[in-house]
Amino acid sequence: MNLLGLYNYWVYLFLLLVGMYTVFAKNNYVKRLIGLSIFQSAVFLLFISMDKVAGGTGPIFTGNPVTDAVFANPLPQVLILTAIVVGIAGTALGLAITVRIREEYGSIEESDIRKMDDQS
Amino acid sequence: MITVFDYFTLTMVAIVAVATITSSNLFVASMWSGIYSLLMACNFFILDAADVALTEAAVGAGVSTVLYMGALSLTDDKEQVSRGRKILPLLAVVALGLILMIVTIEHPRVGDINAPIHQHVAPWYIEKTPEYINIPNLVTAILASFRGFDTMGEVLVIFTAGIGVISVLSFKPKRAASVSGSELGKQIRGLHHHAVLRVVGKLLIPIILLFGLLVQFHGKYSPGGGFSAGALFAAAIMLYGILEGADRSAHAMPQAVMLKLAALGCTIYTGVGFVCMLLGHHFLDYNALWPSNPKLGQYYGILMVEFGVGLTVTAVLIMIFNAIANRATY
Amino acid sequence: MWIEWLAYALLAAGSFFVVVGAIGVLRMPDLYTRMHASSVTEMLGSMLIIIGLMLLTGWTLSTFKLFAIMMFLFFTAPVASYAMANAALLSGVKPQLADELPEEKRP
Repeated sequence: MNLLGLYNYWVYLFLLLVGMYTVFAKNNYVKRLIGLSIFQSAVFLLFISMDKVAGGTGPIFTGNPVTDAVFANPLPQVLILTAIVVGIAGTALGLAITVRIREEYGSIEESDIRKMDDQS
Repeated sequence: MITVFDYFTLTMVAIVAVATITSSNLFVASMWSGIYSLLMACNFFILDAADVALTEAAVGAGVSTVLYMGALSLTDDKEQVSRGRKILPLLAVVALGLILMIVTIEHPRVGDINAPIHQHVAPWYIEKTPEYINIPNLVTAILASFRGFDTMGEVLVIFTAGIGVISVLSFKPKRAASVSGSELGKQIRGLHHHAVLRVVGKLLIPIILLFGLLVQFHGKYSPGGGFSAGALFAAAIMLYGILEGADRSAHAMPQAVMLKLAALGCTIYTGVGFVCMLLGHHFLDYNALWPSNPKLGQYYGILMVEFGVGLTVTAVLIMIFNAIANRATY
Repeated sequence: MWIEWLAYALLAAGSFFVVVGAIGVLRMPDLYTRMHASSVTEMLGSMLIIIGLMLLTGWTLSTFKLFAIMMFLFFTAPVASYAMANAALLSGVKPQLADELPEEKRP
């Protein structure tokens, strides 16, 4: 029952929960965006931990028959490579909307904005 | 021995994540998130994913921190400490954590070669890539050729996000955003008065651009490719914008030109696909580009497609930086 | 070979300076002294480790890449420390012994 090989997955779970709690429970929009990006990188960690092969190297053919024998799985890396840049693009869009909210409402705390919406 | 280092960096990542969300000053939180991204990049490298580590370091630790700083200079930089305990989110999160943890007991252990994920599709790719596409980097081959449709979709998503940002930020603010020291900002241009930063920064900008070009075109032989190269180009222009003032970088790279370059990158990608279709093969089937030697056709197809990706990512990131950094003086 | 022993000695010395920097960051009383301690880690510690690695890899392309990395660290690490210290001074963080300075030199 080798539980130590599961350490990557437990750290992934911890980061997932940290990010999720931030998005649910915090009031400030920028803090929620930071929590969302922590959530995203936890999922990246899950995918990349799944593709490690013990004794393997990165998936690049070097012509050296010793290192070419066992490769890490290239498929999850392909998915995560695009996901990272898409994540930052989404975060940038979220930050732009936060800046606009600040200009319109004068605050980026959710409770203040709800109060202003209820009053108007 | 490397496993000890593996567990160490994983633990550091967990600790830094907690530090990120419990800091009430948002500038501190964005610095912590930069450190978090760098540690994640180290983790990815230990797990044999070199392309992903390069991209995460360039994007997460470089570009993302600058964008958070830019947005925070336009909004408040202190979070109000929330009143009341949040019992319901905490319970929901802990319950989900317990359920998922029990599920992970059944997972194959990390590094197990008999795991189901390594059995079906991956050995086919590892065997057949030297036959169909003669390039050493497997990840680029799968990204640009075998799974080219997905990458096309991702490039279009990045372009959409760029358009979204400049359309959200194209309205004039009704009241002035609170920029601390904006009077000072009118007299001092960027960080121009710091001689040390100016000299070393100007030495480094061409080197970063050169490295970005290396990563872009060397993506077939070593870790790299269009996504990381785009982030590196954008990081060099952001360094110039920070040193000389955001209006100078908006003058050097105007928004209209960046918009057209981003659209050009998407056009190159889909254009290559259409050219293959016009030459009689399927959409994005690069064998059509050099009928007598399909491997050479794949080579040139991947080259042009990665160039399109790099162009779009560069242009979108520079566009977003210019939009956010110039907001105070709109 | 004696080159390997020299490389191991340099790696050990570099690790020692990294530990020294870490202890300094934890134990120093003031922001500026802590920054001074951390700059020991990034300049001396990383350079000794990289020179040790260069000796271990011999005359290959990796040696030149390591040398390039060392040059970039050499340029950027002191600039980063300078920028942080300057930013701290401009935002009003006072050094701990500021009261003992003569009047015209106080920040």
